[in-house]
Amino acid sequence: MAPSLILLQLLSGLAHAMVLFLIASGLSLIFGVTRIVNFAHGSFYMLAAYLTYTLASALPLGTAGFYVAVVLAALAVGLLGLVVEVGLLRRVYRAPELYQLLLTFALVLIVSDVVAMVWGRENKTGPTAPGLAGSVRIAGQLFPTYDLALIAIGLVVAAVLWWLFQRTRWGVLIRAATHDREMVAVLGVDQRKLFTSVFVLGSALAGLGGGLQVPRQALTNVMDTTIITEAFVVVVIGGMGSLPGALLAAVLIGVVDALGVLWLPQASLVMTFVVMAVVLIVRPWGLLGRPESQARGAGGAVLAGGAVGLDRRWTIAVLAALVLAPPLLPDFWVLVLVEVLTFALFAASLHLLMGTGGMVSFGHAVTFGLGAYGAALLVQWAKAPMLLAFAAGPLAAALGATIIGYFCVRLSSIYFAMLTLAFCQIAYAIVHQWYDVTGGDNGILGVWPARWLAGPLRYYYFALAACAGGIALLTVIGRAPFGLTLRAVRDHPRRAEASGVDVRLHQWLAFVVAGLFGGLSGATYVFLKGSVFPNALTVGMSVEPLVMVLLGGVDALAGAPLGAALYKLLDTVVTRHTEYWQLVLGGILVVLVLAFPRGLLGLLAERERG
Amino acid sequence: MKRHALFVTLAGLLLSSAAAAVAQAPIKIGEINSFSGIGAPFTGPYKQAVEMAVEEVNAKGGVLGRKVEVVFRDDKGQPAEAVKHAQELVTGEKVTLVSGTFLSNVGLAVSDWAKQNKTLFVAAEPLTEAITWSKGHDHVFRVRPNTYQQGRMLAERAAKLKHVKWATIGPNYEYGKRAWETFRDRLKQLKPDVQVVGEHWPTLGKLEAGPFVTAILNQNPEALYVSLFGSDWLAFVREAQKRGLFQKTFVVGILLGEPEYIDPLKLEAPEGMLVTGYPWYDVDAAPHKEFVARFNKKYDSNPVLGSLVGYVTYLSIFEAIRKAGSTDTDKMVAAFRGLKVDTPIGPISYRASDGQSTMGAWVGTTKLDAKRGVGVMVNHEYVPGDRVLPSDDEVKRMRSGN
Repeated sequence: MAPSLILLQLLSGLAHAMVLFLIASGLSLIFGVTRIVNFAHGSFYMLAAYLTYTLASALPLGTAGFYVAVVLAALAVGLLGLVVEVGLLRRVYRAPELYQLLLTFALVLIVSDVVAMVWGRENKTGPTAPGLAGSVRIAGQLFPTYDLALIAIGLVVAAVLWWLFQRTRWGVLIRAATHDREMVAVLGVDQRKLFTSVFVLGSALAGLGGGLQVPRQALTNVMDTTIITEAFVVVVIGGMGSLPGALLAAVLIGVVDALGVLWLPQASLVMTFVVMAVVLIVRPWGLLGRPESQARGAGGAVLAGGAVGLDRRWTIAVLAALVLAPPLLPDFWVLVLVEVLTFALFAASLHLLMGTGGMVSFGHAVTFGLGAYGAALLVQWAKAPMLLAFAAGPLAAALGATIIGYFCVRLSSIYFAMLTLAFCQIAYAIVHQWYDVTGGDNGILGVWPARWLAGPLRYYYFALAACAGGIALLTVIGRAPFGLTLRAVRDHPRRAEASGVDVRLHQWLAFVVAGLFGGLSGATYVFLKGSVFPNALTVGMSVEPLVMVLLGGVDALAGAPLGAALYKLLDTVVTRHTEYWQLVLGGILVVLVLAFPRGLLGLLAERERG
Repeated sequence: MKRHALFVTLAGLLLSSAAAAVAQAPIKIGEINSFSGIGAPFTGPYKQAVEMAVEEVNAKGGVLGRKVEVVFRDDKGQPAEAVKHAQELVTGEKVTLVSGTFLSNVGLAVSDWAKQNKTLFVAAEPLTEAITWSKGHDHVFRVRPNTYQQGRMLAERAAKLKHVKWATIGPNYEYGKRAWETFRDRLKQLKPDVQVVGEHWPTLGKLEAGPFVTAILNQNPEALYVSLFGSDWLAFVREAQKRGLFQKTFVVGILLGEPEYIDPLKLEAPEGMLVTGYPWYDVDAAPHKEFVARFNKKYDSNPVLGSLVGYVTYLSIFEAIRKAGSTDTDKMVAAFRGLKVDTPIGPISYRASDGQSTMGAWVGTTKLDAKRGVGVMVNHEYVPGDRVLPSDDEVKRMRSGN
């Protein structure tokens, strides 16, 4: 291959890498200091792109207009970061860490619809960069001047950030807080100001990335979700909280993508995720990250405090209603209930991991998808009877979880979460590309229940048995010695290890069990819908149960079905009544999180105490 | 006695008004489409045209003397969500039939559901051939010319060109792959010396275009077949312009003459591409001019292909119900077979063998229209859908596995 070609690909890759670096550095900073997994970071990026688009044509500044617009948009988004941090996130810092994730998820929904309302849903082409819109000749080929400028801008921003963090007092505090924020607090530093300033800077960096992207990419309503996963990948490969790491990882991803076009074109769907998986397996804290300091006090991601469950009377009442009420309901609501049940089980299976086990997964959809595809493939290729195919689903998922879990449980916290995401994406890519077996994106059709289960009501009772049975078993597992040991592992892995518990083995087993039940929910779902598509394995499908568990309350298993029911019913009702369902749903989520910062269960617990 | 008579009269009145109410009850149609998510940029103008068609038919007294009402549902680009809506529309809203969908996989999911539930499904926009062929069944009909037809239309014109060395770039999923295969196979049939020097399959919606343009330039094709669309296509054009691709390479683009894809490029649209599309500004038949004028007046914007498809879809549905004389599913399905519909672009019909409509597409080359500030199609020709459809026997073979 000609060296000139490789040079051109490297330059293209570097330009892409610089945009990635700007966005990822902001995300990494925010996570490093505040420990917030900020899903809304991509929304800030999108918002800044649209603002740049509007300002560039509105400002009467001629050629300078675009550049002023980029800066103004970044500042505006930084200001929005201020409002969000002070107005929303600050209110839930005392809740378990993950609740902030729920808030940022709500923001994603809200910003998405606000952008659709203000700018419309059509794709747009933004302005080119005045003065830099042309090309220069490199190695005999034309190369965009703007891409060269981006490389320069990225390096300048990196240098400024380096100076800020190495040479100013504020920077020193940020670095200290990233390493051990409790120690910084003990030394008398006002954490609130530190958090706010980091959030503003991080958001502004996302905004800068968004504005600079305008001359290279179209503006769409889905820019936010497109970039956020990639940004997290960069952050994690580099090491959470490490700016040099983010730069290194951005360059790695940018260059691998660009060279992949030449050498491994068929792997475009998974390239970045394979790189991430390999990096994390070899270096569990990313390239330049450091092992996280053990948080003092309540360990792990989740507070253990006074586990609240549903009163037994409540459980019996709910079960009785689920058995008795459906014959009185219209068919549609019976089918909605089946969907609620499957997601209740799906969320409950995740709860075993993240609640009882303290392992937050961003890739739980892999269990759901393997369950659904496991069943569907048997129907499609072996013409298997329904019950046999149905049973194969959870087994396939458990098998998959055994393999994935083996690698994942060596990691902890966000690195664990991102490795699960990587495996989920790899599974997605396989299902998506393996046309001969899985049908690719056209999916598998015709996976309907056996004749004796046809009809909404019959299938409902079948699903009720599977899902309620599954949740009951998960409850038993959570209370059995295995579940108790798992909690010990979550709350204090080193003490647990010292008492002779095989920490990794327990985590691995939990992963497999969660996979089994996640697969059961997937199998139940596929016979409800009659078809399955790679969509079952997307990031969105992994985020849904996460949101449900948090909404219900992570403190006890009962929260998962509660959250699933609330979320699915809200979604079903809201979607029917407004085009802007994301705005309404997001708004409701914000209110719920602020009102019940420990989920619905938290509310119930207070009632009981009060 | 008097009291008794009064009761009888009253009861009679009530009954007759109830009967009148039944006669007057609107015909409800369920419309499922991607009003948010990945399909959203293209479904707004479609919905507008549907509303226009319904308003117009109702102003003329409706269908079979009943008003028509459309219940819209947003599938969010998710097949499972679409199936949920289909269930709700039929069991809850009691719709007569289900129509719509944009993405192929959503269309297939609803189609399979319709097959299972014996509900009529009129697929408006999904392009996959599978809907009417390999996964076809009695209860599904499709309006728009599919991937196979559009690929073939382009191949017939491209075969007349001198270009021998071809490359392709398209989104990495069924649509992109099939759009290329049908084009390539037909082209090779017509022009056996054609060689393929490169195939590129970037991830849908995530195109980082620069490296792809460089790689294509390096393979030095004489012509490039593009099945990118939406934001990927817009990003590709920018990078291709800056790297001089369009000066060196002839481009054939499936769908890229549709206003949906060419308008956002404004004056950056590449000139001289061979495309399929919809030159609404040049279709001079009187009914079409009136359609454009009404659309303009109502929405203060120009129609796009989605608008035409939405309008034709609903005209077809109205016509099928009229022909069936009832909203009974079996009768409507029977009516759709061989149904003839007068549309703004002339008469079309629905083939009895596979339920595919004979609606066609325009093939032409692109040129900039400085006055309107967008790219347009010139030297275009309308290719009727049936000219590029396989025969009934071939269709039968493709559907035999179902």
